Amino acid sequence: MSFQGQFTNPETPGYVGFANLPNQVHRKSVKKGFEFTLMVVGESGLGKSTLINSLFLTDLYPERIIPGAAEKIERTVQIEASTVEIEERGVKLRLTVVDTPGYGDAINSQDCFSTIIAYIDDQFERYLHDESGLNRRHIVDNRVHCCFYFISPLGHGLKPLDVQFMKAIHNKVNVVPVIAKADTLTLRERERLKRRILDEIDEHGIKIYHLPDAESDEDEDFKEQTRILKASIPFAVVGSNQQIEAKGKKVRGRLYPWGVVEVENPEHNDFLKLRTMLITHMQDLQEVTQDLHYENFRSERLKRGGRKGSDPEEMDKDMILQEKEAELRRMQEMIAKMQAQMQKQGEGDGDGQHM
Amino acid sequence: NDFYKLGVLRINFMTRTLPASKCSHARMNRVGTRLLHLTGFLLGNPLDLPRYHCKPPAEHTTQGPDTQVQMAEREAEPEQQPCSIESHPQVHVTGGEPHPQGHITGSELFGYVGIEAVLDQMRRKAMKTGFEFNIMVVGQSGLGKSTLVNTLFKSKVSRKSCTPNYEEKIPKTVQLQSVSHVIEEKGVKMKLTVIDTPGFGDQINNNNCWEPIVKYINEQYEKYLVEELNVSRKRRIPDTRVHCCVYFLPPTGHWLRPIDVEFMKRLGKIVSIVPVIAKADTLTMEERLEFKETIRHNLQANGIQVYPQREYDEDAEDRIRNDKIRENIPFAVVGTDKEHQVNGNKVLGRKTKWGIIEVENVAHCEFANLRDLLIRSHLQDLKDVTHDIHYETYRVRRLNEGNGGGPVNGSLEKSDGESQL
Repeated sequence: MSFQGQFTNPETPGYVGFANLPNQVHRKSVKKGFEFTLMVVGESGLGKSTLINSLFLTDLYPERIIPGAAEKIERTVQIEASTVEIEERGVKLRLTVVDTPGYGDAINSQDCFSTIIAYIDDQFERYLHDESGLNRRHIVDNRVHCCFYFISPLGHGLKPLDVQFMKAIHNKVNVVPVIAKADTLTLRERERLKRRILDEIDEHGIKIYHLPDAESDEDEDFKEQTRILKASIPFAVVGSNQQIEAKGKKVRGRLYPWGVVEVENPEHNDFLKLRTMLITHMQDLQEVTQDLHYENFRSERLKRGGRKGSDPEEMDKDMILQEKEAELRRMQEMIAKMQAQMQKQGEGDGDGQHM
Repeated sequence: NDFYKLGVLRINFMTRTLPASKCSHARMNRVGTRLLHLTGFLLGNPLDLPRYHCKPPAEHTTQGPDTQVQMAEREAEPEQQPCSIESHPQVHVTGGEPHPQGHITGSELFGYVGIEAVLDQMRRKAMKTGFEFNIMVVGQSGLGKSTLVNTLFKSKVSRKSCTPNYEEKIPKTVQLQSVSHVIEEKGVKMKLTVIDTPGFGDQINNNNCWEPIVKYINEQYEKYLVEELNVSRKRRIPDTRVHCCVYFLPPTGHWLRPIDVEFMKRLGKIVSIVPVIAKADTLTMEERLEFKETIRHNLQANGIQVYPQREYDEDAEDRIRNDKIRENIPFAVVGTDKEHQVNGNKVLGRKTKWGIIEVENVAHCEFANLRDLLIRSHLQDLKDVTHDIHYETYRVRRLNEGNGGGPVNGSLEKSDGESQL
């Protein structure tokens, strides 16, 4: 009973102590680590890789080879996923960046997004399969939690390719539009472009990721920050990892003959806002992916039953039933086998038998 | 009879329309001024012609009796100052009859004749008739084509400035819109036509988006050809041929995209292409140099010839000048029509939070180089190359098609500067 004494706070008589739960969750998740998958999509030369390196202060692409002119002509879109494990103050983050080189490069970009959509669906499929499986301990979550779509600052708004792509994936992944290479724009041009893009997004009914409103019990600073973030979408960013000497201190930036663009200066670009958004809302992005996009996918998929053709509904149901029965039988057999195994081992250690 | 020959040349300077032949009046100018120079130093007072020093015209042999100026004996270097007789003892001084092959030799004049006044007369005529220049701008939407054209000619000549209530909508197919203006500077009038190509490269499927442009250019050649072949021709054929095509490359900093390669491959054969890197204020100096190097490499690897083409350099002086330009292609440009105050002066520039990008400052961008190339030094050359080379290629092709192989005047090989006087 001294056990209880540890947790009773003598000042509040009715104190039970489950207010400690968030700390336990915190400790557990710190131990477990976080997983996050970020996809970057955009034409070549918009500074995607530079931005990712700047955001996470690493070099994700150490051996980048630029292909020659002749090889460039016939490229199709490829998917390249690179994973890094970053640790900060004991918190581990397993970050996967999915790059899509070749997007929008070809003369005819009609099917450049089918590869990307197939990849996203494939990750969902894998997760669904794992989730429905027997052993759910070590499910690896490779689903794409967030997609940064890079918009070129050179145009007057969204290009037809941008519109089509975003409409194709806005129901599968959280889309965050980003204006790349924002140092091309003066302040007025930037405002005009942002307004134009938001108008076109509305016009075409594209559902981009919306930051959740701050709860009413959060402090004022946080509420103000959320308001500023929401007002700045889409973020106009500049990426760089070069250290430049400016006004006596070393800053990350880009050096031009007419001045220095500082990456972390909020007056120059929205890099800090993007980083804040990503970090404070990483959890929310994961939740929305799980609750909204994944559930949509799952219900569609189960309704379809995995058939690609145009089979009528009844045949589907029969097939599903048969498949389910076959699975059930298999599972029963497996259970029977395991029971037999356990009986054989009998009085061994008894806890944590790896099934 | 030397004077007679000079007289013939003089007459040819005066008339603008020439027979449908290989020789353009511009080429005649060069030949003529060389001849003038020759007579000039024979007179004892070398004409101070700034551009045309004594040059070995070995690459410039023309056939035809009158204009075959065989100055091959002279080995003058291009940089040499106006030559004097002493250094060229081989120049013969005769006043005899023409050789059977049309060999013209120098002749000494013993007084001032006033041939150099021809230049003044040419000048006055040119100012009265004015010049025509047709420039086409091609590139994706938003690369600053209209702004650049306005900045180049310091007036609102682009289609955006000319259409009221202009709305930025990407058209579904490539369109060609041309706007003409007459601009005047110091008494020299120029009819400038800007041909814009909205919709190029903006769609999802850009297959064959260059075809409307190729068609347009060939149509202009056709118009000129039809007029030229007419029985009763106009005195001055209206020239709507595209003299220069400025191709805008997006400043990705990586390499030439497939659409760029395809376009320049096809159009490099029919028009003079000047590639530029648009909105270059997005590249730092190192990135810019790397990008240019990669582009030049890509162009070479794909066999694309951009202006100024190496094979049309006439002599060593041209080659040196054009080599300097070729080392710098493509020019990285920034365009704007807004002015700001910098150190007490009003400059054209873009104002950002981190500095002002001055358009005419060569340390910032290469707009001044482009302007000098297009307007101040090579404008006439662009027109000449279009007339002598691209148009002639088209003409040969068309006439061969039309006649089923029978050439019109017996000398339809594509050789530069063939004259038929």
